[in-house]
Amino acid sequence: MEVTRKKLADGVYLTCLPARKFKTSLLSAQFVTPLRKETAAACALLPAVLRRGTVTYPDMGSLAARLDRLYGARIDYTVRKKGENQCVGFVASFIDDSFTPGGEKLLEPVADLLGELVCDPATRHGRFVPAYFESEKTNLIDAIRSLINDKRDYADSRLLREMCAGEPYGVPRLGDEAEAERLQPKKLYALYQELISTARLELFYSGSADRRRVEQALLSAFSALPRDVVRDIAIPRDHVARQEVLRIEEAMDVTQGKLGMGFSCGSSDTAALLMGNTLFGGSSNSKLFLNVREKLSLCYYASSLYHRQKGLITVSSGIEFDKFQQAYEEILAQLEAIRKGDLEDWELEGAKSTLLNAYASMGDSQGKLENFYLGQAATGQSETPEMLAQQVREITPERIFEAMGTVTLDTVYFLKGKEAAE
Amino acid sequence: MKQSFYKRIGESIYSQRLPNGLEVRVVPKPGYAKKYAFFATCYGGMDTRFCLNGKWLDTPAGIAHYLEHKMFDTKEGNALQELAKNGAEPNAFTSNAMTGYYFDSTDHFEENLEILLSFVSVPYFTEESVAKEQGIIGQEIRMIEDNPDWQIYTRMLECLYSSSPARTSIAGTVESISHITAETLYDCHKAFYTPSNMILTVVGEVDPVHVVDLAKRILPREGGPVIPRDYGDEPETIAQAETSRTMEVSCPQFLAGFKCRPAGEGEDYMRLSVIGDIACDILLGDSSPLYLRLYDQGLINTSFGGSFEMMPGIAYLYAGGDSKDARTVAAEIQKEADRLVREGIDEAFYQQVTRAAFGSNLRGLNSFENIAVSLTEGYFHGYDPFRFPEVFDSITKEDVTAFLRDNIRAERMVLSEIVPPQT
Repeated sequence: MEVTRKKLADGVYLTCLPARKFKTSLLSAQFVTPLRKETAAACALLPAVLRRGTVTYPDMGSLAARLDRLYGARIDYTVRKKGENQCVGFVASFIDDSFTPGGEKLLEPVADLLGELVCDPATRHGRFVPAYFESEKTNLIDAIRSLINDKRDYADSRLLREMCAGEPYGVPRLGDEAEAERLQPKKLYALYQELISTARLELFYSGSADRRRVEQALLSAFSALPRDVVRDIAIPRDHVARQEVLRIEEAMDVTQGKLGMGFSCGSSDTAALLMGNTLFGGSSNSKLFLNVREKLSLCYYASSLYHRQKGLITVSSGIEFDKFQQAYEEILAQLEAIRKGDLEDWELEGAKSTLLNAYASMGDSQGKLENFYLGQAATGQSETPEMLAQQVREITPERIFEAMGTVTLDTVYFLKGKEAAE
Repeated sequence: MKQSFYKRIGESIYSQRLPNGLEVRVVPKPGYAKKYAFFATCYGGMDTRFCLNGKWLDTPAGIAHYLEHKMFDTKEGNALQELAKNGAEPNAFTSNAMTGYYFDSTDHFEENLEILLSFVSVPYFTEESVAKEQGIIGQEIRMIEDNPDWQIYTRMLECLYSSSPARTSIAGTVESISHITAETLYDCHKAFYTPSNMILTVVGEVDPVHVVDLAKRILPREGGPVIPRDYGDEPETIAQAETSRTMEVSCPQFLAGFKCRPAGEGEDYMRLSVIGDIACDILLGDSSPLYLRLYDQGLINTSFGGSFEMMPGIAYLYAGGDSKDARTVAAEIQKEADRLVREGIDEAFYQQVTRAAFGSNLRGLNSFENIAVSLTEGYFHGYDPFRFPEVFDSITKEDVTAFLRDNIRAERMVLSEIVPPQT
């Protein structure tokens, strides 16, 4: 059962991920558009407004009833950042035909509904229904503001914003509050028309239906999609490393501090950096977890993330306020240890198996598969998980030391308590 | 080994009870690369008062969770590392009524299973290692105390219950965990981590016979006695009608909770769980008249949702999210329940909601973790969760109406709110 990617129309691609083992099928329709500060909030708002109603199902009640009758099919709108592109659209999940009690077929009606959400929204006088626009705009602003509720996410996001200020990668997934406040119904409708006719559309299917049936269902569902000259997707530019480390501190009424550290990677050996990051803070067996958390009890969590598309590594940790200096130094010391090759065989083996396990089990989750292949399509890459696994198998320790040697501290963010600030 | 087939959901289970009392279940999943093991004890955050060797013991709040953290320590080092070396992703959680240890891996499954069974069954603590953990768990407690979702939920439970241990957080407090010693941990392990109080569930393409052989070889030959527990004498009435707290949040949040009558064990337990879920969907689910009306009025947004929960000796339905006017939303939930009881539930809407609920239960079978956790809960309470299609068939609109009439009542309701600081 082979994965295939096929051009269905101008700038419209279908990735088929055939599988018989799931109880459900997945259909996804994603527009890929360059991430920009000026349009991020508008693009994020769009699928939320579209999700409110179509010509046939003009309100949430009739849409919800329709989905209930399709055995609790789900259609969620999604807004994701992939490299320096923003991907907006819908992911549908519905039970596989073999489990519908009456033997009903669900692929075609769900595809139709998806096509209708994109091509035939409920409108009034040539614009989105005003009440839908207003309430979803309020929801978007609330969602942007609510980032602060989870201090870990908040700190991670602040670090990235500061580190990549002025670059598309620093633009938050949902855009910023000020841009969201400025959104107008007329402009949003114009953006909608432009997006559906000029942005690349990536379609995904995972399930037991054969490819021709899926193609037919989607061609018919999206037959009303207007197509103009399709724009290119954005290819991420390298982060320009700072000469002097940027240090940001912020005080809030919290009981636990958050320390974030951003590093830029000078090497283009992505497989070696991926391994290096796994050793550093990418698993429960990593140097950060075992030393900073377990051995020295400096924090509750400490982990690192490798941003493959952008060549960055970010560290995220939760600490007591007065442990800042100790934790900061220990994190840098652990990075230094990897650079010097201060690693035991089991650490290398463990990191390798962690990554291989992740690639091997990706095919066990429809959501992970869709997210992975969207990431590949949105950044112009075509490796399968198996090919990436092969790259990991071929890595030598020397390549890891060399690649991690190019990792330099760029930005430090510290969220501390109000009392500590006084 | 017994093999059961469940045609309507396309699943099967191998099961066997070992002489030491351990229940072993294997759910084959052809075509999956991943294999998942879940080893659980019927012992959770609520089991702080119990009878050991004829003596009633009161243990500190948070001890089950503390024990979970310390179980990964072995004489040789740490089991996390052992498993991670093989690329397995090990972890554990403590809920109110169970503690579960698990991993998934694509390679070396039997080797990993052996490590899992060993470290969970052989405790190794020293006074020093126990003391050190207080720093780590203390940080975990502080982190959850900063989380508004956790605050609002815990405070709701404090309003609903006056004596049930569900009032206290599973992790305990920085103060309560300071009383934990290596000796208490050994006592709790001895009482609850005995094969007769545990179940091992494996999901994936694995030979069930190998799993049973391995469990026989690694685990103690004999099981322990049944340990009586005390969950307090919880009255039918609520403890406190409302609570409010200021935190750094972007907008006010609330939860309305309804104290429900608990179920008996066995299939009754499962029936009540399904009835409660359907009642929740009919009363305030995404497609319910109430949800649509409140959403249109701007009183709720997509963060709104509800759920029905059951724990030893208690049950409650709760709903909430962001709202500028929590009091009105709570009152509307109550009014809608009264209306449904008075006018009856619309037949077409009932069919639609149960259809969706069936789909959602079926969807849950994609998740190995969900399969293992629900089989475990089913085993501890004496029901078979894979029989959900049959249970769905047996439930009627009248069951749901009766549930609403008995439980969704003003005198059973509490309101918990978190509000932003006034500027």
